[in-house]
This record gives sequence, structure tokens and C-alpha cells, in this order.
Amino acid sequence: MPENKTHTEVNDVAPRFNLIQSLHRNRRLLFPVVALILILIGDRIIQPNFFNIRVVDGRLVGSLIDILNRGTPTVLLAVGMTLVIATKGIDLSVGAVIAICGAVAAVLISTTTLPPLIVILISIAAGMLCGLWNGILVAYMGIQPIVATLILMVIGRGIAQLITNGQIATFSNPTLEFVGKGVLLGFPFPIFLSLIVFGLVWLLVRRTAIGLLVESVGANDRASFFAGIDAARFKVFVYVISGVCAALAGLIVTADIKGADANNAGLWLELDAVLAVVIGGTALTGGRFFLGTSVIGAFIIQAIQTGIFVSGLPPTFNLIVQAVVILAILFLQSEELRRLFVRIFTSLRKPA
Amino acid sequence: MRNRAFPLIATIVVFIILYLIGFQRFPAFGTTRVIANFLTDKSFLGITAVGMTFVILAGGIDLSVGSVIAFTGIFCALAIGQLGIHPLVAFAIILVIGSTFGAGMGAIIHYLKIPPFIVTLAGMFLVRGGAFVLNQASVPIEHPFFEDISNLYYVFPDRGRLTFVAVVFVLVLLLGIVVAHYTRFGRNVYAIGGSDTAALLLGVPVGRTIIGVYMLSSFLATLAGIIYAIYTRSGYPRAAIGVELDAIAAVVVGGTLLTGGVGYVAGTFVGIMIQGVIQTYVNFDGTLNSWWTKIVIGLLLFLFIALQKFLTSYRGGFSLGGLRLRRPPSPEVKISG
Repeated sequence: MPENKTHTEVNDVAPRFNLIQSLHRNRRLLFPVVALILILIGDRIIQPNFFNIRVVDGRLVGSLIDILNRGTPTVLLAVGMTLVIATKGIDLSVGAVIAICGAVAAVLISTTTLPPLIVILISIAAGMLCGLWNGILVAYMGIQPIVATLILMVIGRGIAQLITNGQIATFSNPTLEFVGKGVLLGFPFPIFLSLIVFGLVWLLVRRTAIGLLVESVGANDRASFFAGIDAARFKVFVYVISGVCAALAGLIVTADIKGADANNAGLWLELDAVLAVVIGGTALTGGRFFLGTSVIGAFIIQAIQTGIFVSGLPPTFNLIVQAVVILAILFLQSEELRRLFVRIFTSLRKPA
Repeated sequence: MRNRAFPLIATIVVFIILYLIGFQRFPAFGTTRVIANFLTDKSFLGITAVGMTFVILAGGIDLSVGSVIAFTGIFCALAIGQLGIHPLVAFAIILVIGSTFGAGMGAIIHYLKIPPFIVTLAGMFLVRGGAFVLNQASVPIEHPFFEDISNLYYVFPDRGRLTFVAVVFVLVLLLGIVVAHYTRFGRNVYAIGGSDTAALLLGVPVGRTIIGVYMLSSFLATLAGIIYAIYTRSGYPRAAIGVELDAIAAVVVGGTLLTGGVGYVAGTFVGIMIQGVIQTYVNFDGTLNSWWTKIVIGLLLFLFIALQKFLTSYRGGFSLGGLRLRRPPSPEVKISG
């Protein structure tokens, strides 16, 4: 995981690889990976054939593939959300943006004769527009990110309802359906889409200075401003990226069910995305961010859900198990809790 | 001081304008039937929003309230229907459970320094999941006590009904105003919302107050759940989804800053009434789709936040190349009486 590099490492003239040291330095980042492995092992114990992958009609079928496939909307959102949270922001509107972009795509494809690719581009542009709106509110009007994006969260589903005219807009178009249900090289297409988006964003932020500048804006926007960084423009940039990611997630969700459900498309996904980022070790207070572990965080959430699904446990337990596992991960990550334990431990040993 | 009260005055003006627009179009807006119906309809949301006001004044947020309402409803329905517990006993039990839950969230937020957004989000999942585990379908509540409560109302001369639930809402509101502005706890909440570091240095019991605030919010959400159960005479695990957003919107429209430390409980009441007017107008019109309610509320939310920004930006701030720079807010513990 290349983003495990700390900034001091980057500045080292000849960074030498030392396993123990780097493990120790990056122990915060280990938690998500360990948690994912533990959850997968747990899934395997519950369901002995959890790791089995079969080939049916030239496509791979299995719970692991299912986790990768079903997790893509959250992964896409988590990628955008990581950048937003790195600037000390939050984007609550992504669920509503999913509904809007899904509605735009479904209505355009079923009522006009536009080619599917143009429809997809228009839908992505709608996502950019939503991101731009959020970004301008946050960066240029100085509105708190929670509130600024809350506005679109409240209005967004109403707008999506207006676009679909209150109905579930259904369509049938092979190209658009491919985005959600297509198979490429045996794998579901959404997996490739999320891989491409993750790769592009990663290159953009880690192979250029953008990532560093985003972190500096998140750590202290005023200081960044005086250091000559156009902090406001970076904030707009991250919200636009988040909007584009939400638009792609919206296309996948819409294509998957061949219809745009303005009420339920992407419902609560914004919360999953924020959780994924936090589990991944990026602090809500902004600054350093970890793109790779956010994706792992998204897969953790999906692994929990798929695990509950295959275990045969009634889906009613879904939310409870999810909440308990997430609290457990957050407690493990909490420095305060660790300090508390250390204090109790030392006070137990002291009396003599 | 005048500057601080201005958002509240603006909210009241907007309420009056919206009300007059409704009145001019539908004269029935002037009857006590419609006005009393605002209070009855919005009672559970209003009670929740009073608790939310305290949380936001203290600089936090509580996303779990909608789930708590649903859990309370289904718990009461099962306790009364299947276990045969008297409703008052069931209410007492669930109020204790709710308060304990809130105190737990407050303790995690304060002692483990996990952001309130995340803690209450996990709380929301946990409680909603708990409601589903209790029962998946809607459970009707049939008990003579509920009949009695539903028949408790005061009839105005033009047949408007001031129901029991509306009276509870008004009482909670009045108590909320007294607690926020005339008690030590209220002052501590404002102090922490202004600056928790400064509050700590001034000797404010930060931990106790934070736990108390989340306890109060969950207590009021549980009470709102009881009111909701009385109002709908049933418990439903999917009830009250998204109520937390409505409550936050009402608080913000009511002039409370989401950064904490500034705002009025009374403003939240006006925020609730604005939502009531818009919803009633959309209902009366009949041709408008119900999602217009959400869009108008969202737009008002935007207008009010823009207004607040406009007002506060002149308080010792300056703008430079798009990035608004402000002095760090001074820890103002003093509140307006």
C-alpha cells in the first residue's frame, strides 16, 4: 500500500525498507486490514463454503466476488469522501446525488433518443454540478460542510422525484445496463469501474502535489492560504470529485435494478461511506488521508453485510451486527481507550 | 445582542409571511382547527427538536433520535400488548432505557473523543436494528388508557382540538426555554458550545454536561416516541426515518448556529411551525406533490444559513481572495436573557 508512506519517508534521501519499523509506524493503518481479515475468517466459520468461487456461464460466482461487486457503490463514494474529509469537510449529499444522477440517466435513456454514452456523460455532469454547488457553499460562502451538504441531502431526493415525476423510472438499454450488470473477463463490470476510479484518483493525488496540498488545506486552511495555496479552489475540487464518484455509484445502482428509485436509491449510503473512511483511519478533523484503507473500510462494511446474508441469520440483525462491529473497530482505534487500559493496568500492578 | 437575536426575528418574519400566504389562499388557515393541528401533527418532531437544540448548542449532533422514536413505539406496543404491562409503567421503563442509552453515547463521545457524528450514527444503526429485532411489522396498540388519552382534548369555539400530545409539546418547549436560559446546566451548554477549552478552564463540568446533553436528547426522543405511539396508536420499526434531518433543519432555520453556542430554544419552535405551514399548504393545495415540502424546507435552510453567514461575517472578519478569514471566535459565555 504505497500511501502507507509517511511524509518523513518521502523526504528521506534513500528510504530503507524496514518491516518492523514500518509496521510500527503504520499500526493505525493495520487495523482496517486486520479487521477485514478477521471478518472474512468469521464469515468462513459461519459459512464453510464462503471462500468458494465457481465459474457459471463464463462468470465467476461466489461470496468474495459478491463482496467486491456489491461493495462498489460504497467504494466509489468512499474514494470521494476521503478527499472531502481530508479537507476537514464532509459530504452528506452523496446519497441524494445518487438518486439525482440515477433519475437523470433513467429518464434521458427512456424518453430521448440520445446515445447511451452521452446519457452517461450528462449524468456524470449532473453529479459534477451537485459537487460544484456543495463546493461553492463550503469554500466561497464559508458554510460548515455538514450544513452545506445537508441542504442538498434534504432537497436532492425531492429534485430526483421531480425528474422522475414521482414514479420509478424504468428503462431497458443494454449499454446502460452493462454499467451495473455487465461481465468483463469473468468479473462483474462495476469492479473494474471502481478500480479505474480508484486508480485515477490515486494517481491524481499521490503522483502529483494535489494530495499534499489537500492535506495541507485540511490541516490548516488559513496557513495554507498564506503559504500561497488557493484553499477555496481545492475545497471545490474535492466536492466535485465526490459528486462525480456519487454519479458513477448512481449509474451502477440504477443500471443494476434497471430503474431509478428516487426514494430508495443510495439511501443511507452517505453514512456507510463516512464510516468506511473513518474505519480506514482518516480523521474527521482533516489533514492526512488514506485512500487505500478507506476502500478496505468499504469492503469491511460489505463483508459484514454479505456475511450476515449468507449466514442465514434473519436480516433483522443486519443493523445491530453492523453497529456492534463498527463500534468495536472504533474502540480499537481509540487512543483514549488504550490509554485508559494502560492506566488501569499500571494501577493494578502498583499496589505493593 | 441585537445581532444575535436577528436570525430569530428573521425566522419569525418568514413564518408570518408564509402563514399570510397560506391564509390569503386558504382562509381556513385562520381557524384554530388548523393551528391546533400544527401543534398535534408536529408534536413528536417538536419534542425531538427541543432536545436536538441542546445538543447543537453544545456543539454536537444527534443522529440517533429517529431510531429511538421507532424503538420506543415498538417497545411500548409489545410491552403493553404482549406482556400486559400498564402503559404508564412501560413508559417509565422505556424512558429509563432511553436516557441510559443517551448517557452512554455522551460518555463515549466525551471520554473516547470519538466524534459525535460517528457515535450517534452507530447508535442510530444499533437502535434501529434493535427495533427490527423486537418486531418487523407494525403492531397496533389497544388499551383503554390510550383511548382515554386520545379523548383528552380541549375544544375551541370553532371546533379546533387542543390535544393531549400538543399540550405535552408546549410544556416540553416551555421547560426547554427555562432550562436553556435560566439554569446552570443551560449556561454550561452555551459555554461548551462557545468553546469547550475555555469552558473547561472556567470550571464548567464539561464531561458531566456533555453526557447530560445527550441524555436529555435521548430522553426527549423517547418521550417523542411515546407521543408518536399515542398519536398513531401503534408501534412500527420503520417509523420516523429521517426525523433527525427534519429536527436539525428546524433547529437551523430557528436561528441556532451549528457550530454551537448561539441560538434559542424558542427559535426551534418557530422552525417547526414553518415546516408545519409548508406541509399544510402543500396538503391543502392538493395539486402540488408532497416532495415540494422537502424542497421548500431545503431552500429555506439555505436562505437562513446564507443570512446567518451574511450577518456574522461582519463581526471582525475580512475576506481575502475568496477565502473568508475570521478571527477565532471569542469564548463568549454570556448569554442573552
